Amino acid sequence: MSFDAPIKAIGEKDLVAPKSTFKSITEAVSRVTENPAPKGWWIAFLTAFSFTGVLLGSIGYLFWRGVGVWGNNSPVGWAWDITNFVWWVGIGHAGTLISAVLFLFRQKWRTSINRFAEAMTIFAVICALIFPGIHVGRVWHAYYMFPIPNQMGAWPNFKSPLLWDVFAVGTYFTVSSLFWFVGLIPDLATLRDRAKNSLRRMVYGFFSLGWRGSNRHWQNYERAYMILAALSTPLVLSVHSVVSFDFATSVEPGWHTTIFPPYFVAGAVFSGFAMVMTLLLVARSVFKLTDLVTITHVELMNKIMLATGSLVGYAYAMEFFVAWYSGNEYERYVFINRATGPYAWAYWIMITCNVISPQLFWSKRLRTNIPLSFVVSIFINIGMWFERFVIIVTSLHRDFIPSSWGYFHPTLVDITTYLGSLGVFFTLFLLFLRWVPMIAIAELKSILPEADPHFGDHHEEAHEGDSHGEPSLATSAEGH
Amino acid sequence: MSVETTTVSVPEGRAALLLAEYETPSACMKAATKLRDAGFTKFDTHTPFPVHGMDGAMGMADSKLGWIVFVMGLTGLLTGISLITYANGIDYPLIVGGKPAISIPSYVPVCFELTILFSALSAVFGMLGLNKLPRHNHPVFESDRFKAATDDKFFVSVEYTDPKFDADRTLALLASTHPNHIEIIEDTES
Repeated sequence: MSFDAPIKAIGEKDLVAPKSTFKSITEAVSRVTENPAPKGWWIAFLTAFSFTGVLLGSIGYLFWRGVGVWGNNSPVGWAWDITNFVWWVGIGHAGTLISAVLFLFRQKWRTSINRFAEAMTIFAVICALIFPGIHVGRVWHAYYMFPIPNQMGAWPNFKSPLLWDVFAVGTYFTVSSLFWFVGLIPDLATLRDRAKNSLRRMVYGFFSLGWRGSNRHWQNYERAYMILAALSTPLVLSVHSVVSFDFATSVEPGWHTTIFPPYFVAGAVFSGFAMVMTLLLVARSVFKLTDLVTITHVELMNKIMLATGSLVGYAYAMEFFVAWYSGNEYERYVFINRATGPYAWAYWIMITCNVISPQLFWSKRLRTNIPLSFVVSIFINIGMWFERFVIIVTSLHRDFIPSSWGYFHPTLVDITTYLGSLGVFFTLFLLFLRWVPMIAIAELKSILPEADPHFGDHHEEAHEGDSHGEPSLATSAEGH
Repeated sequence: MSVETTTVSVPEGRAALLLAEYETPSACMKAATKLRDAGFTKFDTHTPFPVHGMDGAMGMADSKLGWIVFVMGLTGLLTGISLITYANGIDYPLIVGGKPAISIPSYVPVCFELTILFSALSAVFGMLGLNKLPRHNHPVFESDRFKAATDDKFFVSVEYTDPKFDADRTLALLASTHPNHIEIIEDTES
């Protein structure tokens, strides 16, 4: 028996459907990239792709006219741009959590969903990176963010959290992409070896780097994978912490709180899992992967959402407590205003979606219910967008001087830019589903019972003892 | 005992090898143990996924990758420290928020990220370097059956250049390990 085997006595379930074999896994995952795309894929792809066009149009207009085309005003200098940035970065976090943290904790069930979640991370971070790039106003000066020696002899300010963000998100994107690619190498080799035409053979062959499954390679490969997981774990915690520093190091009431780093990280994991759930439930039914992504996976992910959703709820409550307990009247006003002021609608959407809806998952019947899981995951996606909106806009719109209070209205360009970023995300994601193995084939095989080198040993020894096994070995030894 | 054997020819001068195919990780690992015990060093196993315990069965030393990553991680840290000190402390001293030009606490996030970035890049490129990848051309790819090494079969390859190698005896040794099939990949001229 393998030590990876589920312990039935304590209620652990099979990691994949019991009838799965090495061959069936290769087949189930590879065929998605080999068969012609279903019609639904084309509809989804063309829709997403046209929204990518909408994004390009919106950005083009923004560059032409300037940031005045957005609803940002004084005092609300940051609005949808940074809301979208934080939302997208947060979504990415689940991918790294699944691929790195659950890997270090030997949570074998992650192998069915990690590739998927990592791809989501990369695409979400790409969407996130758009927003800081385009919100700077004079985009042709965006390179000021990087420490490049220039004609002014000036350097970026390394004491600024906005600069830390450049390093944190840039590193995060690079490391996530590396981690994803390393995981893909053996699976791209599988697609190369199954290729029926020379174009596929060449392209997959090129990207699989001539992988030949050598154990001398696997040794370094597994070490590299473990090191990347160990590096990504503190990295993922640092990224949203650094994002939260953008707010926490300011003196703005509602932003200047020490709870922000852990609160942002919990929220990021929460929203990321919701997005993984949304995408996974669709992909698993469309591409018939129910043997590999089982109801157990859905249930475990819902449990994580329940835990992180409750953490987020705790953070909301604690912010209110500290606002009262600090005795700071500006801080207190911001929080009363959040729940009862002009943006109360946004605040209560946030509470309903993020705090109340995941509480349904205390019930086993509800957290193993697929349609409900899908609906709740959408709720959480919405709720987490509103969380960032509430933090950013409600804190800014009424600060120290009542004469400068204001209200933020999004413009059409705000809306099209946001929808366009969804378009980019889904375009990339749909391309990924078609061209890249969406489940980690090699990793999934390694958790099958027959992957254990001692699988069936007793059986074999019994045979060798009684009949031809031993004698034939002896004969061949004499043959030397 | 007889095992089905075929010969695949490769262009002259290309490294030649014996390639045995097994049905299970266990059979493959037992064959590797046997080769190790017989003193072979230039042999390898090819499996669709990493088989645990194979490193020991093949008598391999531990991976050196950790040391590469450690050194490069430190390099990243020092890069961060010197970049910030030079940029904001020496070349263009910048006083923001009443803090000194060289202010150590504000170094932490950027130095941390650069440590991670350098370590991760060295983990990946170090791994590829140690494995001598990318290498798109290898004698094992001459075999058609070898395509199953990324699917559901397990292979052992022994190179002719191994000091212990002897065409007939090594073939017999491999044949004694219950393979499905053995392929002789060599150049036809010799």
